[in-house]
Formats: sequence, structure tokens, C-alpha cells
Amino acid sequence: MKKLYKWVFITLIICTASSLFAQTRVTGVVKDNHGRIMRGVNISIKDSYDGGVSDSAGRFSFKCYDKGAQTIIAKSIGYKTIQQPIVLAGEPVSINFSLREEINELTAVTVTAGSFEAGDKKRAATVLNSLDVVTVGGANGDITNALKTLPGAQQVGEQEGLFVRGGTGYETKQFIDGTMVANPYGASVPDIASRGRFSPFLFKGTVFSTGGYSAQYGQALSSAVILETIDLPESSQASASISSVFLGAGLQELAKNKKSSWGVNYGYVNLVLYFALVSQGPAYFHKPEVHNADANFRIKTKGGMIKYYTTFGASNIGIRRPNIDSFLMNNAFRIVNYNWYNNLSWREYLGKGWRMNLGSSVSLNTDKINLQIQNQLNQRAYTNLSYIDSTNVAITSHQNLAQLKAVFEKKLSGISAIRFGGEYWYGTVKSVVNDTNHLLTDNFASLFSEADIYLTNDLAAKIGVRSEYSSQVGQFNVAPRISLAYKTGEHSQMSAVYGQFYQKPENNYLYYGNKDLGYVKATHYLLNYMKTTTLQTFRLEAFYKKYDNLIETPPTYQFDNNGSGYAQGIELFWRDKKTIQGLDYWVSYSYLDTKRQFDKYPTQLAPTFAATHTASLVVKRFFTKLNTGINFTYSFATGRPYYYFQPAGNKYIIGDEGTTKNYNTFGCSVNYLAKIKKSFVVFVASATNIFNSNNVYGYNYNHNGSYKQEITSPAPRFFFLGAFLSWGVDRRQDAINNNL
Amino acid sequence: MKKVLVIVSLLVATMVNAQSKFEGAMVKGLGQLKDAKTAADLTDVSSFFERVGDAEKTQWLPYYYAALSLYRSAWVDKSLDKDKVADKCKDYISKAQAIENNADLYCLVQQVAVLQMMVDPMSRWQTYGVQAKDALASATKADPTNPRIYYLQGMTTYNTPEAYGGGKAVAKPLFQKSVDLFKTYVPAKPFYPTWGKEEAEKMLAAYN
Repeated sequence: MKKLYKWVFITLIICTASSLFAQTRVTGVVKDNHGRIMRGVNISIKDSYDGGVSDSAGRFSFKCYDKGAQTIIAKSIGYKTIQQPIVLAGEPVSINFSLREEINELTAVTVTAGSFEAGDKKRAATVLNSLDVVTVGGANGDITNALKTLPGAQQVGEQEGLFVRGGTGYETKQFIDGTMVANPYGASVPDIASRGRFSPFLFKGTVFSTGGYSAQYGQALSSAVILETIDLPESSQASASISSVFLGAGLQELAKNKKSSWGVNYGYVNLVLYFALVSQGPAYFHKPEVHNADANFRIKTKGGMIKYYTTFGASNIGIRRPNIDSFLMNNAFRIVNYNWYNNLSWREYLGKGWRMNLGSSVSLNTDKINLQIQNQLNQRAYTNLSYIDSTNVAITSHQNLAQLKAVFEKKLSGISAIRFGGEYWYGTVKSVVNDTNHLLTDNFASLFSEADIYLTNDLAAKIGVRSEYSSQVGQFNVAPRISLAYKTGEHSQMSAVYGQFYQKPENNYLYYGNKDLGYVKATHYLLNYMKTTTLQTFRLEAFYKKYDNLIETPPTYQFDNNGSGYAQGIELFWRDKKTIQGLDYWVSYSYLDTKRQFDKYPTQLAPTFAATHTASLVVKRFFTKLNTGINFTYSFATGRPYYYFQPAGNKYIIGDEGTTKNYNTFGCSVNYLAKIKKSFVVFVASATNIFNSNNVYGYNYNHNGSYKQEITSPAPRFFFLGAFLSWGVDRRQDAINNNL
Repeated sequence: MKKVLVIVSLLVATMVNAQSKFEGAMVKGLGQLKDAKTAADLTDVSSFFERVGDAEKTQWLPYYYAALSLYRSAWVDKSLDKDKVADKCKDYISKAQAIENNADLYCLVQQVAVLQMMVDPMSRWQTYGVQAKDALASATKADPTNPRIYYLQGMTTYNTPEAYGGGKAVAKPLFQKSVDLFKTYVPAKPFYPTWGKEEAEKMLAAYN
């Protein structure tokens, strides 16, 4: 037995000894494939605990107790792990590593030229999310107003729409879950911009592209606002709102299994009370009144989501303004609008790297417009002056559009991907203008394909092509689009974009013009530098845009495609949430040089909707202790040109021209969060144009150009006071209650 | 017979050696974690635990501590890129969860989510705040008696503005519950997480 103990003892000694003797020191340096020093790389001997970490000089050194042929491993997250054989024999070993970055969606370069993307997919300082939209001081929770604080957009206040880089409002289109929105804005009266129809809280992602966007989108010459709706809500919720101009209530129900949800909302806007308190320039004989109802459902599928959203709006506005040609007469303008919008989409992961995005939408819009010349008793009256009497007009217009879109995507090696798909639109516009019928029907189809090619993590290309056919125009078009992006540093990158864009002429040209009007065309060239860290974004972009085949509308009504133009400029954007803790601000500046010959313009002229210099400063701060947020926005634009075009035979000549004074506006809003009983309440107070600048957007001329009148807002300021209440089935509360 | 005994004793010795080697490593690592002062110390400890985890393959604890040490480094050195630290932590956690899934790992998921939320709370609470909440719900499901769950829940509640349903008063019962549970809490096995008792007591003491 003694002998046995001895054996055991010896065995133990041997076992321990084997690990005591024969140490080998391993040293070396770790760099990445660009030769940059890497710290924090874990170096180890396979199946042993021995190893070390590279220091700030990339050096590592450790002792190793194993012997013989082993495997040494160098690894760091985001890099390809290196394994290589090593012989450990007691002599010091030196070994160096060069790690290659893995191609990874989070760190790879992306094409950023032309677009402002929000959402935290890339974790870069988000440019604008839904919370940002509602907290832009003076934007009043309107997506378009918030986007106007970004470079590229003009401060146009006399009509709705985004006027981007020398483009008209018509050249910017909004897309929801892939399909175009035919009537994104509420009905409006002349010289007053209306609000967008959609709440910013409907969307989880917003891309504001000011040029060079993907081949998946077409029929927008200048800009695309690409909106992605939210998926399932976090919890069931009831909400209500009360304010100086509207009342609303809503319900959002999330199924117990958290796989589906539905919701309904209703809102009623009425400005009677507000207009009684704040006097308006024009007299309203029907103060703006809007009913808005929407409903949605969302269903989680195996690898995706089916979403449906519908909204119905009815509005009624009547406004009376002095006739510009006769001080005895008034123009009574009345618009009644009904709009029903439906969007159904389905995205699904099909397996084996395939993804599918199906989208469809149906939009029905009816406008009833009546412009009547009235006397001082507000009765219809005739002056026997044709230039006054001929402005009497009654229009009933039904605009219907149905769209289908399918996009398929296949992931290739790494994160490269190809995408292709098509669209089909069927649209009709049926109008009765003073008893004359107009009917426009369009069958529109497009095919597109696009490839995202990642050569390395640092170099990527997006190559796409889009082809369209519109039966109304009767022509095919082919639009190639190419972009390149190169990562110049850990946080910085450059990109370059080239693309061609086509759009159908506006309907009112197609009504009166001969039927052979072709597409209008723009070619974009962009160069972009961007540096982003988590809390800061710096972006510099230069662009050149060439316009061809713009529509000219000479007095002869012989409309043609012979117009042309250009726009070029430099834009700057800086957002910083870092320098002062809790303070979030951004600055944008746009320089724009643009001229175009189109519409009545007899030669290439700077258009009335383009200012040379535009700048915005947005500042936000949330005081956690006070539960209060304060937001300011200051926007500035240099004066814009205005013209009077006088008919002279078969063309127009410039009868009068000038430049408006500079535009200034300073908006402010305050949000206060409170918990009252079981409801979460957000109180909002806001005002636009606090310093009461008299902003002139342009001039209206009388019939012969001898007299002009300023175009201004109906009131210099807009005040808003409201409370938004929600009763959420707060899951955090549930968790606490169940466990106490 | 003797030969058999020799072989058996050799085998036993090797096993004892292997076992004690792991235990030795854990003791060494936990000692280093306790003594770590700088972010660099914590990164070194984390890397050490990663190596132990990689070599063992069937132990979740080394990965748990690799993630915990690294997570702490982001609080010690505020200049570190929290997202990068979090990515690495999540990598360790997922390796640990592939071996075993338990309340302590879910708690760590919550801690890492909160770390990422803190980068930009105003715009990130909707994503990372929800992740954190869900993680604690899973932790409670796995083991409702784990006192760290309530300490973490207490901390989040404490730091949430009252208007959002948080605040000092709402957090107190959570710290109380954590402290009460710690009184009877015994780690399931050697080297299992033990932290949190002092932290919870300190929070609760501050109410008096």
C-alpha cells in the first residue's frame, strides 16, 4: 500500500512539474491590414489559458507553459481571427500579426451622398428621427417643416412641398413603405402652404434624399423623402389630444402574443376659435376645418411583417381676398377636399439570402374648387372686364392612383447584394373645369435593378438602372445611377454619385398641352464628405444638376419640351450632441446657384423659389430635472427673385423683375412632460416667427403688371398650445407590480 | 493489480489537475477583477477570462466574467466607445448563453443595453430601453429569486424621470426587495456571481 501512495505522489509531481518547467516567452506586434497599430487584441495558445493582450503600441508578450507544436490565435471583434502553428521549445519566440477587417454591415462604408438617413441602423448620429421632427422649434410637428432645416431645402412658405436644390415642389416625392404618395399634403388655398397629412410618429425611419437616390425610386427629378412605417407598437395604448386648433383620440392594441396589432385614430381640426383670438390677413368665410381618421393593422409573419395603413381626410376652407385688379371686388376661393389613402405592404425573408418587399397603395382624392368674383356684399358679380371675369372658375377634380411594387433582394457573399423589381401604376385624373371635361389616364410601369458591391469594408459601389414607360407620355426612358463610397478613416468617408432622373410633366401641362410632351429630365453629380461619430455629424456636399426637356408654356398654348437649366452649389451640415452635455444642435447652410428656362420664363433665369444662401440653426435642450424641453429654430434665406412675364406675340418677355428682401424666422417650442394620475401627458406650447419679421415670399401682379402685391403669410405668427395624453399599458409598471 | 492502480491514479491525478487548473484560473481572474482599478486592468482581466472560456468550451462563467469586466471598463473610462465595448460584451454573452442560459446572463444583457442607451438616451431609449426591459423580464422568468434583477430594475427606475413612471420613490421597494433576497441568497456553485449586495444596500441606505 505504501508503494501505491508513492506512485500517486510521483504521478502528482509529474503532472504539476510538466506545467512548471519549460516556459516559452512569446512576443510580437499586432497591426491591421493597413499597417495601423491595433490594441486590445487577444493572443492565445489554443486550448490553453496562456496568452496576452496587445497594448497601445500593438505589442504583446506572455509566458507559455505548453510545449511542442501548438496553435497560436489572434482575435479581435470585427476582424478575421488568425490561427497559425507555433513551436514552443523554451526559446523566446517572436511572431507578428496582421488582422484583416471583416466586411460588416455596422462598420462598412455606405453611400451617403445625397441622403440624410435617420434611424440607428448604423448608429451614426441620427440626422432626424420622429422625436426630432416634433421637437424642431417652430416646425409644429410637420415632417416637411422639419426637413426644411436640413441643407438643400428652400424656405418656401407660400406653397407646400419641398423645393430642393433649384427644383420645384413637384420634383420632390414622398414614398411610404416603397410606394409613392400621390397627395402627401392637405388641400391648400393659393399662397398659403398646407401641412403634410402624415404624423411623424407613424414612421420609424426617414431618408431625406436631396439627390442621387436609388434606382428603386423614380418620378422625382430632385428629391425623394423615403418613409418607413413603424412595426408593432411596444405596448397597447390609448391616447387623446386637445389643443388650440384640434381634438383627437386614438387607440392602439397589441395582441397578447405580441405578434399583431391594430389601431384607430380620429382627429378634428377647427380654426374658428384660433382665428377669433389671432387675427388673420385674409377674411375666411369658412375657417379651415379638417376631419381626419386613420386605421392600421400589423401582423408579424415568419420572417417579416404585413402592414396596412389607411387614412381618410375631409377638409373645407373658404377664403376671401381683395381682387388685385379692382378694389371694389373680392376673390372668394373655396376648396373642399376628400382624400382616402391606403397602403398595404409585406416584407418577408424567404430564406437562402432572399428577401421580398411587396408594396401596394390606392389613393383617391377629390377637390372641389370654386373661385368667384364677388362684390362688397359678398355676392357674385360681373365687371364686364374680361381679365377679371375670366378668373371665375369652378373645378371638380377626381385623382385616383393605384400602385403595385415588388422588390426582391439576394444577399451575395459578405454583405454585397443584388436587388431587382418592378412597379405598375394605374392613374386617372377626371376633371370638370367650367363645364369642360378633361380626362387623363396613365398606365405606368417600371423595372429596376441595383447591386450593392462591397469590394472591401472601405470601398463600396452601388450600380443601378431604372427603366420606365408611361402610356400618357408614350415613351420609354432608361436611367442609370452609379455611386461609389470610400472610407477615408475610422469615422470619415467620401462618396460620389452620378444619376439620371425622369419625371412625367405635371398634369396641368398635359391638360392643355399637345399630347406629345415627353419626360422632363435631370442629371445629378454629387460629391460628399462625411465624418460621423456617435454624437456628432459633419457633412459637406457639392452638387451639379443639369435640367433638360423642361416644359415651356408660351402664350400660344403650344407647350413644348425645350426648356433647360442647371443648379449647382455647396452644402454644409453639422450636428453636435456632444460638446455641451444635454444640448443638441445642428447648423445647416446651402449655397445655390441655379437658372432655368421653363414655364413662362423666356430665357434661363434664377427661379422664384430659389434663394442663393439659406441657413438654419436648430437648438434643443431637455432639462431632465424639470421634465421640460426647450427648442429653438432660426432660419435665414437671402431674397428670392420675382418676375412679371408679359405676353409679347408667341412668347413672354420680362415686364418687371426684382428680388424680395431677406427672409428671417425664429421659432420656439416648449414641451413639458408630466404624469397625471395614470396618464402620461406632454404639454406643448409653440410659436413661429417670434420676432414678427414681415417675410415676403414674392409678389402677385395685376393683369398688366402695373401693380404688384406682396405674398405673405395670412398671419405673421402661429401660436400653438396643446396637451397630448396617453394611457399606456406600461410594461415596466407591469413588471414591478407582478414582482412586489 | 498494481498496474491498474497506477493507471487509475494517473487518470485521477490528471483530472484533479485539470479541475484545479480551471479553479486556479477562476481564482486568479476573480482576484484580478477585484483588484482592477483602471480600464486597462479590466480589459486585461476580460481577455484572460476570454482565453479561459475559449480553452474550456463548456464553462459559461469565464465568458460571463469576460463580459462583466469589459462592461465595467466602459464606466471606469467614459471616453471608451460604448458601442464597441457593448459589441464585444454581447459577443461574450452569446458564447456563454450557447452553453447555459440563466438569470445572471440576462441581467448582463440588460446592463449592456443600458450602457448603449446611455450614449444618446433621448433617441435610443426606444430601442435599447426596450431591450433592457425585455432582458430583465427574461431574467425574472429564469429565476425570480435572483437579487441582482431587482437591484438593476431599481437602478433603471431610479434614473428614469418621474414623468415616465420612474423616480426615487418608485425605486425604493425594488432596492428593498434586492437587499431582502440577498440575505438568503447563496450562489448555486463556486465562482457564480456574487456582486450586487453592497451596491443595493448602499442605494437603500441613501434613503434614510
